[in-house]
Amino acid sequence: MVIDDLIEIAEKERAARKKYVIRCCMAAGCMSSDSKGVKEALGKAVKEAGLEDQVEVRGVGCMKLCCQGPLVQVDSHGEGATVEVSGDGPGPLYQKVTPEDAASLIGTLKGGQTKVQRGDPKAPFFTEQMSIVLANSGIVDPERIESYIAAEGYQALHDVLREMTPKEVLDAMIKSGLRGRGGAGYPTGLKWATVAKTASQQKYVICNADEGDPGAFMDRSVLESDPHSVLEGMAIAAYAVGAGQGFIYVRAEYPLAISRLQTAIKQAKQHGLLGSGIFESPFNFNIDLRIGAGAFVCGEETALMASVEGKRGAPRPRPPFPAESGLWSCPTLINNVETFANVAPIIRKGADWFAGIGTEKSKGTKVFALAGKITNTGLIEVPMGTTLRKIVETMGGGAPDGGKIKAVQTGGPSGGCIPAAALDTTVDYDSLTKLGSIMGSGGMIVMDDTTRMVDVARFFMEFCMDESCGKCIPCRAGTVQMHGLLTKILGRKATARDLQKLEELCDMVKNTSLCGLGQTAPNPVLSTLRFFRKEYTELLQEDIYGGPSGNGHGNGNGNGNGTEEAFAPMI
Amino acid sequence: MIATLSTKKKNRLPQVLEHASGDKRFKILEAHIKKLQFKQDALIEVLHKAQELFGYLEDDLLLFIAYRLKLPTSRVYGVATFYHFFTLKPKGRHTCVVCMGTACYVRGADKVLAAVEDKARIKAGETTPDGELSLLTARCIGACGLAPAVVYDGTVTPRQTPDTALEKLKGWVDHGH
Repeated sequence: MVIDDLIEIAEKERAARKKYVIRCCMAAGCMSSDSKGVKEALGKAVKEAGLEDQVEVRGVGCMKLCCQGPLVQVDSHGEGATVEVSGDGPGPLYQKVTPEDAASLIGTLKGGQTKVQRGDPKAPFFTEQMSIVLANSGIVDPERIESYIAAEGYQALHDVLREMTPKEVLDAMIKSGLRGRGGAGYPTGLKWATVAKTASQQKYVICNADEGDPGAFMDRSVLESDPHSVLEGMAIAAYAVGAGQGFIYVRAEYPLAISRLQTAIKQAKQHGLLGSGIFESPFNFNIDLRIGAGAFVCGEETALMASVEGKRGAPRPRPPFPAESGLWSCPTLINNVETFANVAPIIRKGADWFAGIGTEKSKGTKVFALAGKITNTGLIEVPMGTTLRKIVETMGGGAPDGGKIKAVQTGGPSGGCIPAAALDTTVDYDSLTKLGSIMGSGGMIVMDDTTRMVDVARFFMEFCMDESCGKCIPCRAGTVQMHGLLTKILGRKATARDLQKLEELCDMVKNTSLCGLGQTAPNPVLSTLRFFRKEYTELLQEDIYGGPSGNGHGNGNGNGNGTEEAFAPMI
Repeated sequence: MIATLSTKKKNRLPQVLEHASGDKRFKILEAHIKKLQFKQDALIEVLHKAQELFGYLEDDLLLFIAYRLKLPTSRVYGVATFYHFFTLKPKGRHTCVVCMGTACYVRGADKVLAAVEDKARIKAGETTPDGELSLLTARCIGACGLAPAVVYDGTVTPRQTPDTALEKLKGWVDHGH
């Protein structure tokens, strides 16, 4: 493979483009509403209408508005295209399509009418998005490498291998200001530089695709919709740090993502874009898949590496950090799926372009999975610094059925609940941390006024209790005790003393646990206590032995120690 | 189980191998292990394959894997019990996995689960005595846009309510009531 071959594939692919491209969402969400049947029916209808030379039915990745699936969109190219849009570009979007609708949909290409529900591509849900990571999602066919190459795929890898030194790649990454998208937000360039500095002969690159946070499905969508962008990002990273072997650690719960990755790796190897002597340079790089087996703790990097080595996924103390001593004690670079998906666009369009997006300390965009009590559930990608209100109310359409939004939960079991009063907060690493939540991997769950916050706190505590690996005592025993206390509070059997004990335990588990799971397990409790303390105190019983301070008064107006914090907007 | 593995390992090995020699699935598994070059770090991959072939991981199977990968049985047993995905008990003919991720939970997955538990008279994680249905919960299957989601025999089904779930289970748990 040389650059001419790459250009040839891209040109051939573009030349083969037909007048109409009917894109049919084939991500896991729409697949569960029979989008596969829709695609087959569309193909059949095209044949019956005799339009095979004009129409291509393409299975694509996630088209973002998951709640209205299966989604189908018709694009037109070239002269004489009649689909209601003047000129080229995306045309009408159809929602909740069934296989029976196929014939009438194809009929519209010949001027017919259809009763299929129309979506609005001009709705804020779509227009307010800014796609970098999801640029190819819903556009390219994830099962064909040619489709990705036609969308400028693997050009960044070529430029890096042939025209840049590893040092230049590192400098570009540092300059771009990209921070890890897995949750903690460590600067990606610095992490790469640390691994690059080590003298070891053997280094590894790992892609963390163990998306365990309940309520998050961004990584799944990226892997299903655009697997090659992750492979390309990993290869660039491997060149920059000097690694020869990569692993992608995927959850077993994502069978479609696994099969698309397997296909993508096979195709990349066939085209000489993985393997030895890539683009006729001395650079060799291979990627193997590792399938997880359902352990949340394996999202923690040291536990993940233990799992890649075929062991139980138990974390170990850091330092040494994986960048110095990771997989099989070799220096290891470990990044999240979304982080790797950002790499190729940064190289292609330049670090300055990327650094121009977002806020001062958080650059670029972030993908969020909107779910819960919200009208438009699905995937969104917005620049850092967008307000929560814009995401939830303008793009998400607010709570359905006239409900009122009460809180937004970000960061899964490690994050917190942000009250509705704080919706004007901007989304970036630092603002969310100030509110006691975290950016996390990008799950955003909206809760309305029917959701009880103590119940939510117990739900997450139960999760952490089950998922604790049992290696360190604060997490193993602490989560059980906290869960017991929360159950007691919910059962209206607790007193102010129990609440005080709960807070003490939160502090202890947070500060003494070994890994991120335990250190962040109390966050949902702490943040609900901070903003919704009244819901806890209302459930408290009078302490017949006299509480430590300020007895909780049986019903309603109990005042535990400490008061609910009213939210004061920053700045 | 632990006692069986630790005290009787030596005595049982010939028995295990004899058992294995008469079962085609062991041959497929062995070929898979060979493909992975008998690498010890491929243990999780091997266990995945074994569960796919046998449905669950029985004692003989774990002993066989330990023998082939030259790993201590304690290590194989430790890994097999650590990960939720692996099961050491046989599953029912049908499986029903209720997603209990946050998005599904706030949209009422707990009510769906309660309805199914009530109907099938088992708790999550159990199998009905007649071996027809295994009821499981998942931590999040990533179908949050379609909450609450339930997976019936491998098919993800969106937007479930207690009524639609019970409708789906008809024929699986109907016996006698």
